[in-house]
Amino acid sequence: MAATKPHVIEIIERCEALFEDLHFNAVQQWKAAAPGRKAIGYMPVYVPRELIHAAGMLPVGILGGGDALEVIQGDAYYQSYICRIPRSTIELGLTGRLDCLDGMLFPSICDVIRNLSGMWQILFKDKYVRYVDVPQNYQDEIGGRFYIEEMQQIRDDLAKLRGAPITDAELNASIDIYNDNRRAIRDLYTYRASKPWQAPTSEVYLLLRAGMVLPVEAHTTLVREYLTAVEQLPRPKRDNARVVINGSFCEQPPLALIKSIEMSGCYIVDDDFMLVTRWLLDDVPADRDPLDELSKAFLHRSATTAAKYENTREEKGVFLMKQVKTRGAEGVIFAAPSFCDPALLERPMLQDVLAKHKIPYTAFKYAENTGQMAPIREQAGTFADSIKLWSAA
Amino acid sequence: MNIPIAMPKPTGTAKRPAAPVQKDDAMNLQKELINRNYMELATARANNRKVSATFVPGNLNELLMCFDFARSLPETNALQNGMRKKSGKMIMDAERDGQSEDVCTYVKADLGMMMGGEIGPTGDPLPRPDILLLSYTGCFTFMKWFELIRHKYGCETVMLHVPYQGEGKIAPNMRNYVVKQLKETVIPTLERVSGIKFDIDRLRQYMRESVKAEEDLVAVLQSAKHRPSPIDGYFGAVYYIGPIFTAFRGTPEATEFYRVLRGEIEERIRLGKGPVTPDGDMGEEKYRLIVEGPPNWTSFRDFWKMFYDEGAVVVSSTYAKVGGLYDFGFRHDPEHPLESLADYCLGCYTNLNLPSRINMICKYIDEYQADGLLINSIKSCNSFSAGQLLILREVEKRTGKPAAFIETDLVDPRYFSAANVKNRLESYFQMIKQKRTSGTAASAPAFIPIAAAS
Repeated sequence: MAATKPHVIEIIERCEALFEDLHFNAVQQWKAAAPGRKAIGYMPVYVPRELIHAAGMLPVGILGGGDALEVIQGDAYYQSYICRIPRSTIELGLTGRLDCLDGMLFPSICDVIRNLSGMWQILFKDKYVRYVDVPQNYQDEIGGRFYIEEMQQIRDDLAKLRGAPITDAELNASIDIYNDNRRAIRDLYTYRASKPWQAPTSEVYLLLRAGMVLPVEAHTTLVREYLTAVEQLPRPKRDNARVVINGSFCEQPPLALIKSIEMSGCYIVDDDFMLVTRWLLDDVPADRDPLDELSKAFLHRSATTAAKYENTREEKGVFLMKQVKTRGAEGVIFAAPSFCDPALLERPMLQDVLAKHKIPYTAFKYAENTGQMAPIREQAGTFADSIKLWSAA
Repeated sequence: MNIPIAMPKPTGTAKRPAAPVQKDDAMNLQKELINRNYMELATARANNRKVSATFVPGNLNELLMCFDFARSLPETNALQNGMRKKSGKMIMDAERDGQSEDVCTYVKADLGMMMGGEIGPTGDPLPRPDILLLSYTGCFTFMKWFELIRHKYGCETVMLHVPYQGEGKIAPNMRNYVVKQLKETVIPTLERVSGIKFDIDRLRQYMRESVKAEEDLVAVLQSAKHRPSPIDGYFGAVYYIGPIFTAFRGTPEATEFYRVLRGEIEERIRLGKGPVTPDGDMGEEKYRLIVEGPPNWTSFRDFWKMFYDEGAVVVSSTYAKVGGLYDFGFRHDPEHPLESLADYCLGCYTNLNLPSRINMICKYIDEYQADGLLINSIKSCNSFSAGQLLILREVEKRTGKPAAFIETDLVDPRYFSAANVKNRLESYFQMIKQKRTSGTAASAPAFIPIAAAS
């Protein structure tokens, strides 16, 4: 009699299948399930997905092509010194893999993604395309007013696309649903930090990736199922170093890289993968003016990354230090994509803050299609060993 | 009138005797202005003046003058160091200090310069700024740049977030946002740091002066529509845009500079002369080009020589618009000063979306009767470079004119390969010639990027 597969493994296998599917069949199936359904893609770091959801559309996170996509046409659009995510995203588009999307949102993160919005306007003229500017001024009456108008424009555009206005009640319902998802993700991250041997990041990562293509309600259920199921499968606890990953907020590392870091003796206890799922740090009130509340959450209660301006020098590194302290991390691994200006320019400042707090760190670069993991495993392994030696001293 | 000035000879012609560099009166005046600004910065502390730093695209020079700041422009410092062959060491110093080899070399040259004792390009002290006005029009890297300086040196920073023209237009919301920031955060901060109260009439007066210079600048830039063009709209334009894109817009000195410059250019048109090059008047005009992208600064003269030796003149360039699209009608408006500053910032070239940039280049090709488009793709500058290969294809498709692509860098001498660039340019000129003869584009694909430094 064949042994029954643990449920947690089934969940992760499902997530992995979604992750590996570069034709976005899950999105196609969702659209096919009811006439008139639409899907809107978005790129890192953050867009208010509630707007898309409230329009009855499926928000789809587009994070490049990973290491399984052969980029042929995309390379003809970019010089060698530009990162890989735009070229693989163009490849996905030109090969018809993104035909299931009715539009694309390009958030303000860097000059490359910004310019990609214009390329998309030229290359995919029949699709809805919008650059999403988010404020770098955090006063409600200044940056907030601007951001509310920006969101209102997207709301109007999506309403036009669906043929009916998006009401405040619909938006508040969507905020409520995303609050639930954010709570589930927070639980997942808290659980991983408390028992990283039970919830390895290679699994947590796949769970988050599933949230890029699944409806949010289904994703919330899946995360909670995982949390229940993973407790049923005791896993061995190792004497690993607890680390935070920083710099991977846009172009994603290959899954093998995450596994390599873990195999080298590190428990990843926090990270900045797919920050869209954790950008807003707490619940957004769902019974008031929805755009106003989304704006306030963005301005005053959101995560920090290199693409976001910090008003004072004293704020630099505070978010990362909080990750380190609250997760009980012993070190930080800076893993940034090659040619990623925001991450690579931010890195020396964060390293300086860590040094002042005597937090060890190491750094390397990757591309989404990096294939050679031995050097990374060696570097991360040495880093983990050194942490263990220091902590024993 | 041309005045010879001794300058370092191009590195690529080391065996030839040094030739005196030819400059006209306006070019000398420009040099005087730039040097004077460095002297003002060097003596700022002694004269009890506060120092500001801000970036060229969307710089608010008139506003900063209202608070009597001595004004530093970090990109200008980097490029001046590049032209003086000083930037290579600065960049490597910054890399040794932890900066990645992948990132913008302007940033690294600036950081390296500060690490080297805060001595400016002219050899005079360049004091640490009292305020960093972070108007990050059209470039995300600006934000990290000033955060890095703030982190290292503790300079106060005030942000002016200028939204991107993602939809190809300035929406009222964008303008209102910039104006509100000016009123409620930027001006109060500048008042506090400088100790000087804001006077809007003083701003208006500077703007009236700006308009005069802007009118003359446009006449100069558009003079290239003549045949032969009396100016080079890229290499020569670097001198022409210097004062207005930096610390002089709004000053009587800038007005005078542009008046003199316009007179000189009109005289060249009357005499049927081409542009002044470092080797004197350019010979026969054989090719008229539009150039997209900033120049390389470390080999600026060698690079320019590759053009004028072949009879190629750049009749218009996008780089000459990073500090404002005056040739498309923008003028500072003293009657609506803050709204006008907002429109100025929002309208700079690198704040335009790709379709707008393509439209602009196609318009230039048409109006300046250009033979084609050359893209100088800069490793350091994603704001310019990301998407340029699509720009190239679209422009070729829409205009039927041949386009070519070269790769260099701003101020990192490791990324200027003279032989590769020269080969590519010569092939491109051949392609244009062939196109004229046959009436069709050459079959060689023009868009294959050459390797940078080999």
